[in-house]
Amino acid sequence: MKSVLPILTVLFALVLIWYGAAIGLNAQWTRDQAARAGVEVSFSDILSDTLSQARPKLPAPHQVAVELYQSTWDEEVNGRRGIVATGTLSNRSLIYHGWVTLSATMLGFAFGTGLGILLAVGIVHSKAMDMSFMPWAIASQTVPILAIAPMVIVVLASIGIKGLIPKAIIAAYLSFFPVLVGMVKGFRAPDTMQLDLLKTYNASRFGTFWRLRLPSSVPYLFASLKVGIAAALVGTIVGELPAGASAGLGARLLSGSYYGQTIQIWAALLAAAALAAGLVVIVGVIERIVLGRMGMRS
Amino acid sequence: MKDMSSPPVIEAKGIGLIFQTDDGPVEALKDISLAIGRGEFVSFIGPSGCGKTTFLRAIAALEHPTSGTLTVNGMSPEEARRSRAYGYVFQAAGLYPWRTIAGNVQLPLEIMGFSRAERAERVRKVLDLVDLGGFGKKFPWQLSGGMQQRASIARALAFDADILLMDEPFGALDEIVRDRLNEELLKLWNETGKTIGFVTHSIPEAVYLSTKIVVMSPRPGRIADVIESPLPRERPLDIRDSPEFLEIAHRVREGLRAGHAYD
Ligand SMILES: Nc1ncnc2c1ncn2[C@@H]1O[C@H](COP(=O)(O)OP(=O)(O)OP(=O)(O)O)[C@@H](O)[C@H]1O
Ligand SMILES: [Mg+2]
Repeated sequence: MKSVLPILTVLFALVLIWYGAAIGLNAQWTRDQAARAGVEVSFSDILSDTLSQARPKLPAPHQVAVELYQSTWDEEVNGRRGIVATGTLSNRSLIYHGWVTLSATMLGFAFGTGLGILLAVGIVHSKAMDMSFMPWAIASQTVPILAIAPMVIVVLASIGIKGLIPKAIIAAYLSFFPVLVGMVKGFRAPDTMQLDLLKTYNASRFGTFWRLRLPSSVPYLFASLKVGIAAALVGTIVGELPAGASAGLGARLLSGSYYGQTIQIWAALLAAAALAAGLVVIVGVIERIVLGRMGMRS
Repeated sequence: MKDMSSPPVIEAKGIGLIFQTDDGPVEALKDISLAIGRGEFVSFIGPSGCGKTTFLRAIAALEHPTSGTLTVNGMSPEEARRSRAYGYVFQAAGLYPWRTIAGNVQLPLEIMGFSRAERAERVRKVLDLVDLGGFGKKFPWQLSGGMQQRASIARALAFDADILLMDEPFGALDEIVRDRLNEELLKLWNETGKTIGFVTHSIPEAVYLSTKIVVMSPRPGRIADVIESPLPRERPLDIRDSPEFLEIAHRVREGLRAGHAYD
């Protein structure tokens, strides 16, 4: 209960600021309309109009909430194309688009995590790999993803690979790096004494890795997984932005901006944020369970 | 139990060890010659930086002498390590937080490929030996510092090495706990007949425990004095008030002072 109150307070303050900003940003349009029509508008008129425009500069929170409801529950349960009516998810619902994004995110995340861990194992065990590979890994992250994503999509499309895979590749590209950096640090976490102890047992490199480096790295793994999964989601959404993608939260964002549907954009944005938060929370829960089982208090 | 006729377990002849550091070479050990017989309890005492740890690590093949010869059980230190000749106890217990006490104690057994049944049996035996019988299922953070250090000793005993090397194992503990652990260590030594090399900063601890005290002096690390203790194997704690005890302690102190005169 104690932790809920501050969170609610912050949320309340944010919503309040949001309303204030919506009124401020949308008022100009209301005044322009009134001037064109040659009518006087009172303050209360402005107030009610700014919060209910069809294409506001900044939609009010309740407008976004209504859009979220309509494009999820309402669309699926009551809609003509909804899952209740047709047995498949409606391509107009955020659940459908969220699922498309989520599946590419998870695939890319799994691939990126695997790659990050493998590279970290190599780097920790081979000086040559450390020297030769690490600079490339760092350089790879300085290239703007927005520049790379369209190329990946276009190049892969030209050889007939479309849909899930290209997006997952971009997601993996973004998520392998935090995992790599975190795991290199994690595998190197054991101190000299712990390594010397295993040396006195004449342990092999594999034994040292399996019994000391790997367990030592688990807390680092989860810290980097949290960053990595959020990065994978960003990568997937960026991968959905280039023209051609018709499904996914990124495509929703893009089509919203084509048609000036700010409410739709914000709904998709909030859905993406909620997805990211949910994924990070899930990783956090698994972290607590695993560390608890291992006898380590996080 | 000390057997003069058998060859020494550890034998150093004119050992020198120079570390190459960024600030130039550091001569950590110079001309160390020493023989340690089977079943002896040898303490190394001396001011900080005189090379006690370095010498112990050289015996364990964790450091490599740059001159002289060093044999353990008649072999090179590396070979001795491969034949599991010694258990090493570090200053910190260094238990793995993700393993229970029993899991920690069986770590060397897993690495050395003991069977599951044998591991369980040995873990039970050594935990009893260090008085941690009921604590196998606990995690390290649930134990006091002294108990953790006992667990790390059990870990070093688990695989039947006949040499035990201990680098200030009780250095971080308070005096009361330390007294108890010293008593227990003597008991354990009596029961197992192991050869023990023990680094300490404490004169009473060195005198109380050892059959042989090696006093070292710094820069470069050399042996200033080797004292054969006339104390009997059975040593109640109050032996520390006896005249013999005080006399040896006095000689150790003299040796330390003489070493310092070089500064
Ligand atoms: N890995 C190393 N590299 C360089 N110099 C070292 C290294 N290890 C030890 N030395 C140096 O060798 C000398 C002896 O160190 P050592 O740790 O053996 O001393 P010690 O007697 O154990 O001291 P203390 O009582 O403080 O533990 C010191 O001057 C130390 O700085
Ligand atoms: Mg030392």
